Amino acid sequence: MNVAIKSITEQRDFVVSSSSLKEVRSFSREVFEKVNINQDLKDELVLAIAEAAQNIVKHAYQGEDTDDKMEIKISLENGQLEIGFFDKGRPVEEKNVRHRKIDDIKPGGLGTFFIQQIMDAVVFKEGEKPWINHLVLTKNLNS
Amino acid sequence: MSYKVTEEDNISTVHLDGEIDMDVTEKAKEIIMPLIEAKKEVHLNLKEVQYMDSSGISVLIESHQKATELGTKVVLKEISKSVLKVIMMAKLEQILNLD
Repeated sequence: MNVAIKSITEQRDFVVSSSSLKEVRSFSREVFEKVNINQDLKDELVLAIAEAAQNIVKHAYQGEDTDDKMEIKISLENGQLEIGFFDKGRPVEEKNVRHRKIDDIKPGGLGTFFIQQIMDAVVFKEGEKPWINHLVLTKNLNS
Repeated sequence: MSYKVTEEDNISTVHLDGEIDMDVTEKAKEIIMPLIEAKKEVHLNLKEVQYMDSSGISVLIESHQKATELGTKVVLKEISKSVLKVIMMAKLEQILNLD
């Protein structure tokens, strides 16, 4: 797949709130506009980013009102896309993060499934100060 | 997200417009659920929905399940390409009523 820009790094802070999700999508769309990938893939990547941001609001902060910010950093280097999410919410334990069984039809639990479907890898790290959580999503856009 | 509801016989059609995410799911449920509880057949017109995430999909599942429980149904009409893609990603095309 042809990637127009070989190297790009953009980051932005967002208030941890469901009302920020639209802004998260706008930021992501702006970044992917600079990359020569097809629209379907752009839409999928925007969905993955928005789902991960939503998980911070829903799970790391459990929907509580806060003035805290989360940071999203999108980096592309030679077709390797890396998206970092940093937050100061409750520590996320990777073993507790799993999507529901896809044939168990009920509301909820799909966000993580979508992220895993879209991205090549999902890695949870301990955040370096001041962050608590650092989530890394990666995808090879050359394939 | 904005919406318009039209009524014809016992069918209520909810025309949704915009982006459906976690921020608007409560509003979406407030519009749709009372119609289902009134045991109307509910048609959700998704032609103008440009984006739907897992929260929006949850509203579709919840609506479908509530309607089934009450002996009525929710039918998804004129589904936009982007919403259909997310429905298929969730493997719900055989579960929800797609028209």
